[in-house]
Amino acid sequence: MAKRFFVLVMAALMLTMGFSAVTAQDNVIRIGYVTPQTGPLAAFGAADQFIIDGVLEAIGDGLDINGTTYGVEILVRDTQSDPNRAAQVAADLILVDGVDLILVASTPETTNPVSDQCEAFQQPCISTMSPWQPWYFRSAEATQPDFPGYEYTYHFFWGLEDIIDVFITMWDSQETNRVVGGLWPNDGDGLAWSDPVVGFPPALEAAGYTVVDPGRYENLKDDFSAEIATFRENNVEIITGVMLPPDLGTFLTQASQQGFNPTIVTMGKAALFPSVVETISDGLGNNVTTEIWWSPSHPWVSSLTGQTSQELADAYTEATGNQPTQPIGYVHALFEVAVDVLQRTSDPSDPAALLTAIADTNLETLVGTVDWGVEGLPPSVTKTELVGGQWQVGATYPYELQIVANPNEDNGIPVTGELSLMSWGS
Amino acid sequence: MDLGIDRIINMLVQGVLLGGLYVLYGTGLSLIFGVMRLVNLAHGDFIVLSAYISLILAGFGVNPLISIVIVVPVMFVLGLPLQRFVLNRTLGKGIMPPLLITFGLSVIIQNALQLGFSADTQGLDAGALETASITITPSLSIGLMPLLTFVIAIAVLIGLQVFFRRTRLGRAFRATSDDPEAAEMMGINSRHVYALAMGLSLAIVAIAGILLGVRTNFAPALGPARLLLAFETVIIGGLGSIWGTLAGGIILGLAQTIGAQINPAYFQLSGHLVTLLVLVFRPTGLFAVTRDK
Repeated sequence: MAKRFFVLVMAALMLTMGFSAVTAQDNVIRIGYVTPQTGPLAAFGAADQFIIDGVLEAIGDGLDINGTTYGVEILVRDTQSDPNRAAQVAADLILVDGVDLILVASTPETTNPVSDQCEAFQQPCISTMSPWQPWYFRSAEATQPDFPGYEYTYHFFWGLEDIIDVFITMWDSQETNRVVGGLWPNDGDGLAWSDPVVGFPPALEAAGYTVVDPGRYENLKDDFSAEIATFRENNVEIITGVMLPPDLGTFLTQASQQGFNPTIVTMGKAALFPSVVETISDGLGNNVTTEIWWSPSHPWVSSLTGQTSQELADAYTEATGNQPTQPIGYVHALFEVAVDVLQRTSDPSDPAALLTAIADTNLETLVGTVDWGVEGLPPSVTKTELVGGQWQVGATYPYELQIVANPNEDNGIPVTGELSLMSWGS
Repeated sequence: MDLGIDRIINMLVQGVLLGGLYVLYGTGLSLIFGVMRLVNLAHGDFIVLSAYISLILAGFGVNPLISIVIVVPVMFVLGLPLQRFVLNRTLGKGIMPPLLITFGLSVIIQNALQLGFSADTQGLDAGALETASITITPSLSIGLMPLLTFVIAIAVLIGLQVFFRRTRLGRAFRATSDDPEAAEMMGINSRHVYALAMGLSLAIVAIAGILLGVRTNFAPALGPARLLLAFETVIIGGLGSIWGTLAGGIILGLAQTIGAQINPAYFQLSGHLVTLLVLVFRPTGLFAVTRDK
């Protein structure tokens, strides 16, 4: 009983704090954006400032909503790649800063704790850059058949079925013994990807591949010799998984040291960034394959700035001097959706009105159509396109990501290169 | 699971080599405890700090392995005032004051590193040496870096052995360890010996930190995890024993790689279990020489 009383008092305190913050605002919309800007996931948040500057510039003096002009304030909070801190900063944004809308991006370790907080505090939230299954099935109730769906949190990205499709399309294009070794860690992504029912193993078996799964490992470990021995014993020729960037480097280095040379390495999450591929020692990152959610050659145009993907990528390079990365497209699209939702809502400070506007979204963004009315998916989930890419020695940068597989050619994303096998320093 | 002879040999070799790194983690901790019964809770953070110093030097184009000759003296010199002006003041006042001070140091180092370098994961790039290996059989290749780490660990232990047995200063260390009061009567300044011991401990820590950075990666908050491995190495091997630390590191490395063969999730767990077993059946460790007075 004491515990329940304590929780009630705390909830009451939090509510009053929330109200005082909410009533303090006048004609300013506050958007809270939770993102990993430092820590192992820092590469996901590296383009944030550039995107936000562009969005604020496009908004200019404010948004005209139902005849009133509202200023827009974007409050950025760094999770330091820590799920607990993500939950903490989300709660602070809701209760202390009194934001109207929360945006969150980059891996289940960021999107899930933040979405949970938003459900708990009844705060509208849009998230992206995490496959939809680990996001949707984050709570035990969501796996029950009678789960009505989430009320306050919406998500757009692709799903495991898409990435499985993309990976198989890439592998099918090469002659291999079709034995696949899995490196799935013990985290939100790893558990979902290795799931015996909806994950990689059953889908790969169904497509005629043999799966060698040594089991879940702890992130950021010093030694992969057990996994390497298992793979070698089973003649694994294809390596796949969803590792953290530092672990991919550790694994490839040890595989090379121990003379294990698979012909294809297709890695989700870890191999997304040029900075990661470049730091892998001895050029072992060359010809690593990965998924591509957005690239400068994607065919769509920003609803906010009118820029094409190539134009946005060029602007990024000009502003920062850096090679474009995939989050640029999605972080931009996340703010496109937010601005679109705010412009269609009748009252931005009313969560119910915001939720109606989010649910009604049907917007052509830089990453394709975002429409939560699509059939065949859980409510509050919608999907975008996914293709397969490979890091190849480039003309402008040390390594450039080429699109080498597109299972769904109707989407208009062009294939820009041909798949090559791993070189292993030879 | 198929456990062929090749696989068992591979597992044992990789485990022993991993143990080499743990030996380097544990030696500095064991040394400090052996000489002055001080438990340095910031030990792991000093390991990470050394890696960051090497990272700064890498910014000037210094290869991490060459940076050892700079980082080792830097850490040694850092240890002298740390002991003389901070930790010496806490000695002889029971077990708590040094624990609290080093715990505070641990927090300070972590936050200072986070402030200076952000929470990003960093690595040290030792070039082609990092992936070089020696092929023994088709299923057994030994990485040159892990082998080098192991050799360095053995060299450090032999160096310490010679230092303790053959030099005047080493005898002063042992005398102070056995009975500080009697040693003082013989004209040994125990406070000075303690300062040198801390310097020596941090010099070994510097080597461990750089090899850690080359082998995998590091971030400001990863120190306590290294401290735990150092502790386990020392607990298994026995406090104050040089060759016990070697055995402790190897046993810990083996336990982890053997555990990971059964299931990768048991990598950490099996190391902890072995430590617990030693604590239950032989609380002083397998090769303890430091006697409690």
